Amino acid sequence: MHQSEFQKPMKILVPIKRVVDPYSKVRPLSDGSGIDSGGSKFEINPFDEIAIEEAVRLRERLGEVEILVVSIGKAESEEQLRKALAMGADRAILIETDSELDSASIAKELAILAAELNPDLILMGKQATDDDCNQVGQMLAARLGLPQATFASKVDPVPGGLRVTRETDDGEETLELRFPCLVTADLRLNEPRYVALPGIIKARNKPLERRTISSPPILKTRTICFEAPPARLAGKKVRDSLELVSLLRDRGAL
Amino acid sequence: MSKLLLVAFTASEASLSRGFASRLGLPFDVLCLSGSPAPDLGAEQCFSANLPNLPPADGLAVQIAKVATGYSHVAGISSMQSKDVLARVAGLLDSGMVTDAIEVVSPTMFKRPILAGAVIATVEVLATPVVITFRPSGFPKVDGLKHSSSVDVSFDTSSQAIRVSESVRGGSRPDLSQAKIVVSGGRPLRDAQTFERVIGGLADRLGGAVGATRAAVDSGIAPNELQVGQTGKIVAPDLYIAAGISGSTQHMAGIKDSKIIVAINKDPDAPIFEAADFGLVADLYDAIPAIEEALDALP
Repeated sequence: MHQSEFQKPMKILVPIKRVVDPYSKVRPLSDGSGIDSGGSKFEINPFDEIAIEEAVRLRERLGEVEILVVSIGKAESEEQLRKALAMGADRAILIETDSELDSASIAKELAILAAELNPDLILMGKQATDDDCNQVGQMLAARLGLPQATFASKVDPVPGGLRVTRETDDGEETLELRFPCLVTADLRLNEPRYVALPGIIKARNKPLERRTISSPPILKTRTICFEAPPARLAGKKVRDSLELVSLLRDRGAL
Repeated sequence: MSKLLLVAFTASEASLSRGFASRLGLPFDVLCLSGSPAPDLGAEQCFSANLPNLPPADGLAVQIAKVATGYSHVAGISSMQSKDVLARVAGLLDSGMVTDAIEVVSPTMFKRPILAGAVIATVEVLATPVVITFRPSGFPKVDGLKHSSSVDVSFDTSSQAIRVSESVRGGSRPDLSQAKIVVSGGRPLRDAQTFERVIGGLADRLGGAVGATRAAVDSGIAPNELQVGQTGKIVAPDLYIAAGISGSTQHMAGIKDSKIIVAINKDPDAPIFEAADFGLVADLYDAIPAIEEALDALP
């Protein structure tokens, strides 16, 4: 019904990141030079997976929508792009690099890609669960001069744009953004679909383009050491509520 | 010339930022976006924008970036709002950013939690200005600093986005991020009414704030702004009471700076007992009324 608003199919760009399974046990290497992820699996960053799901749902509501997924990283990121294709993305771009990039250089590379592809909407996770930075979406929107709605919990199409409900520190607010715009997904936007086997098989034939990074990245930040957080020691078990209250009073906590 | 611009979204944030500013050790100015900041901030100058409503991030970031020109550092307390706006400021200024700093190693090196708090990373910023959001619990409070001269600044509040509606929940309870006592509940609270009656009841009895786990928020038992943990609020109260909370990594990441953690859980093997100062193995529906009774009996 909104299709008449667009001269050509709406285009959604979904940048995704390959991250270590957020439910796995990870710890710093003993020399502090990196992370020991054991034999953990790698996944699509969960917030990015929500963004893919939302793009697919927008297509289900709007009709003709082209969904492009892009990942910047090691060759292994192909695995995550294939899963995104299986979830319903139309084509994928892998910008291959073995360098450790920071948010600023990722945002710069994505801005170059967005300038080429001209998406109506950039939809991505609010943060990656490995570095927990929560920066790339906002930096990308700033570079492109796009309006942004971070921490989205509800996205509805309106003529020529989106109405986005976003979570705030003390409640929520609703913003209207005209295309082109950028939205970052929070936890409660949706629950990503389970990808069944036929979808994964079908996705093998969807196009995946490999590129090299456009220019050597100029890092603005780098991580120089990884260490374990100070451990919090277990205290004592109390018998009952009465003992608990009396101990808390002795500690001056009440 | 190194100088910090401290961005405070509210007047109380300006006061809470003094610990970080003194730890960083650079001369600083404050940009207070709303409200009237206290005079004794220790800043050289305080710019007051006096905004009744803050515009959406795109407009606000442009204005902050203008004020920030020439500063070597731009920092604000970690919140969803500061992450929304200051990361955009960092993008406009083409600079590097540190999210959720918990320690200052040097003016260009900071520690911050990653991987939901499982690892602490030391991050060096290689560009200027250094943009930082920090967790105030890592920086001891400082009071009674020298008075700052105050200057009003006028902000253009235009934005490409239109704010259609806004709902601020909360009511009369203290702010979760600042409260001295926090009572939190998990999914065993069953439904919103039970959560409010049991967790809200004990919080009110103690004059504390209410928090919730991600599972409780996801299942609709508690509203989103009460979520405590790595992707929600980070709290550091004097007393944190966790009722019916197992203690997932991402929840613990949000509470581990609390002075005293109390865990009430009927599962004696719940991981939260490994980090709690006082653990009570009991059904919360028995324990919480008994705690309230014991509180009533206190002299």
